[in-house]
Amino acid sequence: MSVNYGSKRVVTGAHYGLRDWLAQRITAALMVIFTLILLAKVLLVSGPLGYEGWAGVFAPQWMKALTFAIFLALAYHVWVGIRDIWMDYVKPAGLRLALHVFTIVWLLSCLGWAVQVLWRL
Amino acid sequence: MTELTRKRPEFRNINAFKDLTTYRMAAAAWVSILHRASGGLMFLLLPLIVWLFDTSVSSEISYERFTSAFQVGLGFVPGWLFKLVVLAIIWAYLHHLIAGVRHLYMDATHSVSKQFGRSSAIVTLVLSIGLTVVLGAKLFGLY
Repeated sequence: MSVNYGSKRVVTGAHYGLRDWLAQRITAALMVIFTLILLAKVLLVSGPLGYEGWAGVFAPQWMKALTFAIFLALAYHVWVGIRDIWMDYVKPAGLRLALHVFTIVWLLSCLGWAVQVLWRL
Repeated sequence: MTELTRKRPEFRNINAFKDLTTYRMAAAAWVSILHRASGGLMFLLLPLIVWLFDTSVSSEISYERFTSAFQVGLGFVPGWLFKLVVLAIIWAYLHHLIAGVRHLYMDATHSVSKQFGRSSAIVTLVLSIGLTVVLGAKLFGLY
């Protein structure tokens, strides 16, 4: 066996999974931070939240922009996770391809709807 | 390897019902598979989650519909079923988040010993199920 690790590793350009691995973690960290921001906004309201308080959280333009970015992060995060599930359990390539397409359509539809809600406010 | 060797036994396709049920899973194993399951559950319920966001935030009238869905229900779905499904989403979110933070912590600090795996898994399960119970009690109007 030839030495093919560490500094002697031959990188052929095959996809090694690092981008998605890192993206899954970075999007996760971003979503945790966003959750804390959201929690702070909701808990620091005196009295019951009601519609005004809740809609008011997403009214400022900066909050809409941030929430939009987080929705995108969520979509990528979910894609990596669900793709891994298909990859682990579904061996037939044709079936897996169909499931990938279904997953993407599902995610993009939910994303589009959520963005529409955000900017309807 | 030119000489004929005895054909090695092959193990394929673990039968979920016959084999998986015989395994004794460690705490970390439970946390791991529930991490995957909770993620999958939220994926399937994502349209409902977007609907909850939509109805709650769009207008005063839709907000009324949102709150009443949990009391009297909406369409053919009774209120208690709404609460049950939302409770499942709450558990899934809490478990996935806490198990995910455990992953990130282990990545960053390289705490990969078997002992830490076990103790952090127990903390994850206690925290996520505990918070689910607390929030579920609030959801079902117990306090």
